[in-house]
Amino acid sequence: MASTPHIAVLGGGSTGAGIARDLAMRGLDVTLLEQGNLTHGTTGRMHGLLHSGGRYAVSDQASATECIEENRILRDIASHCVEMTDGLFVKRPEDSEEYFQEKLQGCEECGIPAEVVSREEARAMEPHLAKDIDKAIIVPDGAVDPFRLVVANAASAQEYGARIETHSKVTDLLVESGEVVGVEVEHTSGPGKRVHGTQGGTEEIYADYVVNATGAWAGRIGDMAGLDIEVRPSKGVMTIMNVRQVDTVINRCKPKGDADIIVPHETTAILGTTDEEVEDPEDYPEEQWEVDMMIDTLSELVPMLEEARTIRSFWGVRPLYEPPDVGSTDPTDITRDFFLLDHEDRDDLPGMTSIVGGKFTTYRMMGEKISDHVCEKFGLERDCRTAAVPLPGSEDFTVMRDYMEEFGLRSPIGRRSVERLGSRAEEVLGTDRPNPTVCSCEGVTRAEVQDAISQSGSDLNAVRIRTRATMGNCQGGFCCHRLANELHGDFDQRVVREAWDELLQERWKGQRHALWGDQLSQAALNYSLHATTQNRDHDPADGDPVDFAAFDGGLDHTGGSAATDVAADGGRHGD
Amino acid sequence: MAIESDILVVGGGLAGLTSAIAAAHEGADVRLVSYKQSTLRNASGLVDLLGYTPDGDGPLPDPYEAMGDLPEEHPYRTVGVDTVREAMGLFDEVTQYEGGHTDTNALLPTHGGTVKPTARYPSGAAAGLASDDRDMLLVGFESMTDFDAPHAAAHLDAVGAPFDVRGVTVQFPGGLRADAKVTRYAKLLDTNRDVTVRGRTRPIREALAARVNPLIEDEARVGFPAVLGDDRPAEIRADLGQQMGADVFEVPMGPPSLPGLRLEDALFEALDESGASFETGNPVVKYEGDGTLERVFLEKNGARIPLSADQYVLATGGLVGKGIDSDRERVTEPVFDCHVPHPSDRYDWFDTDVFGDHPFAAFGVATDEELRPLDGGGEPEFDNLRAAGGVLGGYDYAAEKSGSGVSIATGYAAGLHAAAEAQ
Repeated sequence: MASTPHIAVLGGGSTGAGIARDLAMRGLDVTLLEQGNLTHGTTGRMHGLLHSGGRYAVSDQASATECIEENRILRDIASHCVEMTDGLFVKRPEDSEEYFQEKLQGCEECGIPAEVVSREEARAMEPHLAKDIDKAIIVPDGAVDPFRLVVANAASAQEYGARIETHSKVTDLLVESGEVVGVEVEHTSGPGKRVHGTQGGTEEIYADYVVNATGAWAGRIGDMAGLDIEVRPSKGVMTIMNVRQVDTVINRCKPKGDADIIVPHETTAILGTTDEEVEDPEDYPEEQWEVDMMIDTLSELVPMLEEARTIRSFWGVRPLYEPPDVGSTDPTDITRDFFLLDHEDRDDLPGMTSIVGGKFTTYRMMGEKISDHVCEKFGLERDCRTAAVPLPGSEDFTVMRDYMEEFGLRSPIGRRSVERLGSRAEEVLGTDRPNPTVCSCEGVTRAEVQDAISQSGSDLNAVRIRTRATMGNCQGGFCCHRLANELHGDFDQRVVREAWDELLQERWKGQRHALWGDQLSQAALNYSLHATTQNRDHDPADGDPVDFAAFDGGLDHTGGSAATDVAADGGRHGD
Repeated sequence: MAIESDILVVGGGLAGLTSAIAAAHEGADVRLVSYKQSTLRNASGLVDLLGYTPDGDGPLPDPYEAMGDLPEEHPYRTVGVDTVREAMGLFDEVTQYEGGHTDTNALLPTHGGTVKPTARYPSGAAAGLASDDRDMLLVGFESMTDFDAPHAAAHLDAVGAPFDVRGVTVQFPGGLRADAKVTRYAKLLDTNRDVTVRGRTRPIREALAARVNPLIEDEARVGFPAVLGDDRPAEIRADLGQQMGADVFEVPMGPPSLPGLRLEDALFEALDESGASFETGNPVVKYEGDGTLERVFLEKNGARIPLSADQYVLATGGLVGKGIDSDRERVTEPVFDCHVPHPSDRYDWFDTDVFGDHPFAAFGVATDEELRPLDGGGEPEFDNLRAAGGVLGGYDYAAEKSGSGVSIATGYAAGLHAAAEAQ
C-alpha cells in the first residue's frame, strides 16, 4: 500500500464530486471518472430544490433532519450556488387539515423553522397563488444551481490535487486475487471530437480503493464484478417555465402525489414532478401526459401556469435504494436515505464501496460519511473540513457588492455574471478586452464563456452548464453559433462545427416537450435561423462537394460595381 | 359605416406587400393592414426560390426546373411555374436586387461560414458570391459575437469554396460599447461622423478603411458583417471600396437583420408608389360574414374600426409570425379561424432530430387553385378570401430554402386573383 492511498471515485454527479473534494482535502490521491459531463446523470436533471427538510418532515424524519443541517451548511460554503427563496407548503380546501398539522409538528420535531401564514399573508408573498387556498406553512427551502455546485466541488478537488476526467466511461472493474484493484476506462475525448482532458484511448487506472458513486448506474458498475446492487431507478419529469411565476418554492401540502412543487430557479420556474420506477436509467419513456399533468395539477396552486409559456421539459432518474428486506412497491415510499455498501463486508469482495440512495441536498454529508469510511479502511485519522471551507466562488461572497462597483456592473447582465461567479468574479471578468454579451437570454458574457472553455475544452454542453448560456427562452436559437465562434482560435473548425451541432441537438431534445404556443413559434424561428439563414441543415462541409461553377457567378467580375451602384441607387432603400 | 376598399390585405410581410403591390398595379383600390413587426427583420434579406428538393437533393442550380416535381400540395404547384417567373419579374421591377439576369441560383456565404443557394440578393451582397472565384478577405468586429471572420473563413475553406479566403478581426473605430446594437454601427457609418483613433480625428469610414487596409494582401473583395448602413448602404460600400481598392460586400446575418429591414423599406416604398394605402400597428380582431367575408374589425386604441372590402388576402405569416398559432390541443389560424390540417397528437408535430422532417414546418392552411383557404371538408372557407406566404401549408421553406419565393409568388397570385374578382 502506498503511503498516500489513491482512490478512484466513479461518478461525476454531486455525490462523486463531493467525495472527491472531501478525500482530496484530507490529502488522499483522487481520480474522479465521469462518463459524460459533470452532472451528466441525476444531478443535472433535478429541479434545483435546496430542501429545508419540510418535504420529508412527516414521512422520513431522518432525512428531514439531515436536510435542514445541510441546508444551513450549504448556505455558508456554497453561497454563490444558493438562492434562499423560502418555501411554502400550501393547503387547498380539499387537502386534509390533519396532514397540515402533522407537517407543522414534523417540522418542529426535526428542527425545521416553520410558521403558519393565512391565505392573505401567503398571497401577499406570492400574488399568483390561487385565490381559494386555505393557508400555508413557511419553511427555509431554497434554490440551488446543481451545475455550479458540482463544478465548484470538482474545481476545489482539483485545487487539492485531484485528477478529474470527464467523458471517460468505466468499461470494467479490475479484479485481481479476489480484490478490486482499479478500473478500465475509455476516454472518448480527442482530436476531431470534444477536446479536453485525456484524449482518446483506453486506460487502466489502478487504485488502492474504488468508490462507486454512480447513482442510478451503480448496478451497472456492480455487474462488472458480478455484484448485485439493486438500485431502483425512478423517473420524474420537470417542466421549465420561461419566467419565474413565483419567487418562493411552492409545495402542495398533502401526503404525497405527483406534480406538487414549483421551484423558482434563476430566470425560470421549474414544475415537478413524478415518481415512477423504470427498468433502465438511460432508456425510459418520456411522455406527453406527464407534462400535461404538471401544468394541469400545479395550476390548482398557481392558476396562471395554465396559460404560461413552457420552454422545455426534462426527466431525471432518482437512484433509489432500500435494503432487500423492506420491499416497497411504490417508489414514493422508498426512503431518501443513503446507504454505504461495503462490498468486502457484503459480498466478500474487498477494494470497493458503493454509495446509493440519498438526495442532492445532503451530498456533502454523504461525501463526509464515505470519506470517513475510506479513511478508516486505511487507518487514517483525518478530519473532514468540507462543512467549514467555502467552495471556490463562495470564499467571500460579500465581495460581490464590491465587484459590482469595481467593474461598473450596474446592468442586469453584470449583476447576473457576478452572482454566477461569486468570489471568482475578478479573476474572470477582469479583462481589458471588450466583453460583449454572447447569450442575451441569460446575460452571459464572452469573458465567462472563455473562462468555461478554459475549464472544459471544446464541449459546448460543458460550457452551457457552467454559464447557463443557451438555457433561456430562445433555447440557443440566437446564441449557439456565437458560442461556437468563441471556440474558434483554440480549436480548429471541424471540432468547432461538431461541438456546435452537438449543442444544437441537445437544446432541441428537451424543447420537444414544450412545442405549442410561443415555444413552438420560437422553435420554428430557431429552425428557420439555422436552416434558412445559415443553411446548417445542408452544410456542404459535411456533404458532397458543391459544383460552384454551376451557380450564378454574378453580373460583373471586373470590379467597380460599387461605383456604378452609387449612380443607380445612391442612398436609396432596398439596396 | 365601414372604411371601404376593393381589396384588403391583412399582413405586412413579403407576401402581403407583394400581394398589395400586384393588385394595385392592376388598378385595384388596395388597403393593407399589419399588426406586428414583420418577420423580415429576422430574415437574411436574401430571396430564396428553391435551393433543395423536399427530399433534400441540392443545392439546385436551377430552381424552376425542380418546381414541376414538387408535391401537389406545394404552393408553387398551386400557382404554377409561369406565375412564379412573373412574380419574380414584379419583384425585380420594384427593388434593386440582383440575380434576375439568370435563372440559375447563386451561392452566398452565410455568417457561420456555410454557403446557401438563393435566387436574388441585395446588391450589397453581390461581390460576395461564393461562385465567384476572386480571393476574399472577411473582416469581423471584435465585439460582434454573431460573426467571427476567421471562423467563417475556415469554414468556407472546408466547404470547398473556389477561392482563397482569410478572416481577420478588428476593433470597430469610434468606441462603441461592447453590446452596441447593429443599428448603432449602421448609423455611425450612415452619418460618417468623425471619430478619434489614437489621437487622430477623421470620418469613420476612412478610419475603418485605414484599419483594414494593412490587413489586405491581394484580395479583390472584402466582406463585412451586414451593418454597413441603414440609409446609405451603397454610398458606404463605394466609399470603403475606393479607399481599400477592393469590392466591398456584406455577409447577411440573423436578427435584427439590416438587409431584411432594408427590403421591407423598399417594398413599403413601392407600395406607396403604387397608390395603395396602408396602416401598421393594429390587429384585426374580429370578422363578420358567413361564406363571404363582409367586414373585419381593426382594434385601435381600444376602439373597433370596421373595414370592408370586396376581396381579402390573408398574409399573416406562419408559426414564426403568429399567423399560425397553437396550444396544447390544436393548431389554429387566429384571424379567420381557417382550418389548419395537423396531427391530433402534438408529439407528432415534430421530429426528434434537430434538422429532421418536422411536420410543424409545413403547418398552414390548404387552398384551392385560386389560393382560397379550405375548410375541413375541402370547401373554401370564404369565397372572397385568399391566402399567401407563410400562412400557407404544405411546404417546409427552411429545408427547401423557398420562403421568400413562395411568399412573392403566392402573394402575387393572390393579388392578381383578388384584383380580377374585384373588378
